[in-house]
Amino acid sequence: MCLAIPGQILSIEGDDPLSRTGKVSFGGIVKDVNLAYVPEAKVGDYVIVHVGFAISIVDEKEAQEVFEYLRQMEELGELQEQPA
Amino acid sequence: MRFIEEYRDAEAAQRFAEAIRKTVTREWTIMEICGGQTHAIMKFGIDELLPPQITLLHGPGCPVCVTPVELIDKAVELASRPEVIFCSFGDMLRVPGTKGDLLSARAAGGDVRIVYSPLDALQLAIKNPDRQVVFFAVGFETTAPANAMAVYQAKQKGVKNFSILVSHVLVPPAIEAILSSPRNRVQGFLAAGHVCTVMGYTEYEPIAKKYHVPIVVTGFEPVDILQGIYLCVKQLEEGRAEVENQYARSVRREGNRPAQELIREVFEIVPRKWRGIGEIPQSGLGLREPYWEFDAERRFPLRTGSVAEASECISGLILQGVKKPYECPAFGTRCTPEHPLGATMVSSEGACAAYFKYRREAMPRRG
Repeated sequence: MCLAIPGQILSIEGDDPLSRTGKVSFGGIVKDVNLAYVPEAKVGDYVIVHVGFAISIVDEKEAQEVFEYLRQMEELGELQEQPA
Repeated sequence: MRFIEEYRDAEAAQRFAEAIRKTVTREWTIMEICGGQTHAIMKFGIDELLPPQITLLHGPGCPVCVTPVELIDKAVELASRPEVIFCSFGDMLRVPGTKGDLLSARAAGGDVRIVYSPLDALQLAIKNPDRQVVFFAVGFETTAPANAMAVYQAKQKGVKNFSILVSHVLVPPAIEAILSSPRNRVQGFLAAGHVCTVMGYTEYEPIAKKYHVPIVVTGFEPVDILQGIYLCVKQLEEGRAEVENQYARSVRREGNRPAQELIREVFEIVPRKWRGIGEIPQSGLGLREPYWEFDAERRFPLRTGSVAEASECISGLILQGVKKPYECPAFGTRCTPEHPLGATMVSSEGACAAYFKYRREAMPRRG
């Protein structure tokens, strides 16, 4: 029910903030998505979409943080096995 | 697909699992709230990567599962009216009420349609001015902005033949209900990433403090869930009880302001009955007075009243993390996804259906 998936905005239509709509590609499948809740979204952005509405713009820098966190853990030696 | 595949990387998942194994020194019980996360945990075998000291409990975050029986009965009654086109998300169609489900209403001649978005239901109303279109507005805070927009646009456009049957529920009161129960076993929570995308996570900060539980806002892919569990375990081991945000690529602390504004414009907080659990105060959303004309329960004289839940289904105990699905005597025998006794076996996000699909072989045998 709360499933929401990321897709990329290919184009944007409409000037009315309530019905501003984007063509959003989900790995090649293109759907019309309401952009009322992401007024700053622009073509090329990735948005998280739920029941036809974009609910956030994916922060691409934050998206990398998960892997950066792993890298830092390795640097700190938190992932090496303890000597027995 | 970008922002999905990289978070399914087996090596990164294994490294977080290893970090959990190295961090844990004692037994901990963590609950993932969201049914979408429950489904991912079972599907990807995340629970099997965890050390034996970590117990995952599956929370009530499945709107299909917690929609009360009388709402299903009201939906069936509305769908059976000849003037009504009844629209719903697909996963509500097989949830059993006391008089059958929406699929049986359709088989009996009711006009029941699956829609992808509430705006599709609004379009149907505009295209069919001689029919009454009713949309089944279920869901947590994630779905509320979409449903609020459909009602708001209906009012703006003067659409008189559109209404919604509301069964919206809220996550924080459910967490409080679980934590304040004398039977509570939960020591840390994974909060639902898409609910927090809409609402932010400031509401969770007083809960973490009051009950001294760590709450980690978590995404839905295997690497997200394992990092969420790792952050939660690390807090538990260090005696901390804070709100952390693992899913920062989508969630900001203040959430989505425009979405919250429209939710507040159209809905107000009301008490709500949860299937299998009972009434939780201030745990749901109902339409505000200026939008009552779009409330299906006010528009149509409905016969359905309060309904007792008479069934051997123990979904209420499962939704609160008190029991696991395989501890139910009906699991996998008298209750299966084809013949569900309760909603936790109907929805793919229900704990029972997830266990039935992915864990049947590994169940402890009941002698």
